[in-house]
Amino acid sequence: MSTKPILELTDIHTYYDNIHALKGISLSIPEGDIACLIGANGAGKSTTLLTISGVQPSEKGEIRFKGEPIQQLRPEQVAEKGVAQAPEGRQIFPRMSTLENLEMGAFLRKDKAAIAEDLEWVFGLFPVLKERTGQLGGTLSGGEQQMLAIGRSLMSRPSLLLLDEPSLGLAPKLVERIFETIFEINKSGTTIFLVEQNAHMALSISATGHVMETGRIVLTDKASALLENDQVRKAYLGE
Amino acid sequence: MVRQELRKLATYLFFLAILIIPMLGFRSTSFESQRAFKTLAVFSAILVLNFVVKAFRRGRNTVRAKEKSWVERAGERINQVPRIYTIGGLILLALTFPLIANNYMIDVGITCLIYISLGLGLNIVVGLCGLLDLGYIAFYAVGAYTYSLLNLSLGLSFWAALPIGIILGMICGCIIGYPTLKMRGDYLAIVTLGFGEIVRLVLNNWDSLTAGPNGLFGMKRPALYFPDFTEGGLTWTTYYLKSLPALYYLILIIVIFTIIGVRRLDNSRIGRAWIAIREDETAAELSGVPTIWIKLLAYALGAAFASVAGAFFAAKLSYTNPNFFLFMESCIVLCIVVLGGVGSIPGIIVAGFILIAVPEVFRGLENYRMLAFGAIMTTMMVLKPEGLIPASRRRREIHGSDRHKQEAFDTSEH
Repeated sequence: MSTKPILELTDIHTYYDNIHALKGISLSIPEGDIACLIGANGAGKSTTLLTISGVQPSEKGEIRFKGEPIQQLRPEQVAEKGVAQAPEGRQIFPRMSTLENLEMGAFLRKDKAAIAEDLEWVFGLFPVLKERTGQLGGTLSGGEQQMLAIGRSLMSRPSLLLLDEPSLGLAPKLVERIFETIFEINKSGTTIFLVEQNAHMALSISATGHVMETGRIVLTDKASALLENDQVRKAYLGE
Repeated sequence: MVRQELRKLATYLFFLAILIIPMLGFRSTSFESQRAFKTLAVFSAILVLNFVVKAFRRGRNTVRAKEKSWVERAGERINQVPRIYTIGGLILLALTFPLIANNYMIDVGITCLIYISLGLGLNIVVGLCGLLDLGYIAFYAVGAYTYSLLNLSLGLSFWAALPIGIILGMICGCIIGYPTLKMRGDYLAIVTLGFGEIVRLVLNNWDSLTAGPNGLFGMKRPALYFPDFTEGGLTWTTYYLKSLPALYYLILIIVIFTIIGVRRLDNSRIGRAWIAIREDETAAELSGVPTIWIKLLAYALGAAFASVAGAFFAAKLSYTNPNFFLFMESCIVLCIVVLGGVGSIPGIIVAGFILIAVPEVFRGLENYRMLAFGAIMTTMMVLKPEGLIPASRRRREIHGSDRHKQEAFDTSEH
């Protein structure tokens, strides 16, 4: 499937005040793929995603989305280009209903008919959400909130979906469900960049994998190769 | 149980004694039994109220835990009546009020309406966008001084000065909004508090422009213009709104327009974006909300409504001075928003009347009326933390969440 890259990061440096969080990240994601970024806590995985979407801008380096530089853009402008992110820790809008949450995802769109269509698509992916349309986001269960966060980011009809720890704090059975859905979303044509601590799950659905350690990418390979890699097995797969 | 309550009472009385000493003065030569009696009366009223509330709550918790309070039942009863009748009835009542009331009551009514429009404006910033603003009264001052200065120096009429006041208010809103874009919570509160005081101090000290603490006076009242054909050509007769009922109707119209404006904003795309920012700013950014502009817009629009109220206030009194714009006023407006129910328009209207009219009722208590006011606020917050008439969103959040959680748990497949 590997064609031209949809996203390219070249030597990205990001700081939180004095803390050098990303120390020169370079990676590229082919269009139509699932790519994952694995690594320990505090390696800078979430920061990488926030840098791509413009929430935590980089000091140095270049980010190209579909060949266009986007590192100078504000988050809403990045979103307009077709990058959507489901943030870590199920950051939904707790005092908005499920439906309102999903509608917020389509905030930048004006084509009402297509929005309604996408809403049905999201309900098809996550049938539970359809039963909860009127319920406040904050009162959903953990798994439902995660589904809502992913569903909301899909409502902008993105060409690149950034997922930050979709398995965080969920029961194993539910994690499997979420990953199946991620695979399904990818099949419908959305490129996915996945950040995960659950390395096994992430690598098993991805085409390529990147391993991150303290602000640097230390290893990039085919996901199947990484699953066999001794170093990765020892550090992240607990074997 | 009783012993516990008695011990609490003793503690309260101990603190009461400590509090009373500085209030009555250390030297007892000028001890006034009447004053002491009044203080004691207010405090014992608070204590009695406290016990009544507790007894009421205990009874409710054990015997009729599921039953709705009378406030909610009254609310439901009102909701059954078609909307057009309730709103029409309220407007009719507001319109006929000056016919049955005396001048003092109309004056209080005008003050109520001014504060309601301030509350509605602040509701945009605090209730919808979730930005705590403790210096809101500064924009009210901007409106008042803009009209005063334009009228006194250039002779501009109220209606001509109003748009200029609105624009200046919006600019001031952006001036306070821009540096605080990255701030949240406590820090934002401190900066806005400082801003409110800066505006007041500038007005107080810029003698050459604002006449300092003496204030400005002699502004013309708002006027109505009627066409006049008597002298061959068309001329305009000017009718100044000097009487209290006329001014009352003017502020009533302003308030009605404010309500319509705020309602439309609330239900719009922008309103949705404000709520999203209040709920989770990062998630809002990621959904494509241009947070910088939307937040500035909240400040600017909130300030615009305050500026209109301010211009009316200066025109009504035909006088203004910096001491009208103390921090206390910001607090009262914030109290109106919180007491009414954050984000709820009917709540703010009711709270505006209660907070402005009730202290008038307590005038008989003299210096202790603010104490009574505080007691009422505290009791309210204990009994109904979500406000008098909560926005449906908020009521669900505070009271309905348990039920929803239960539902979520029951039907959860995981």
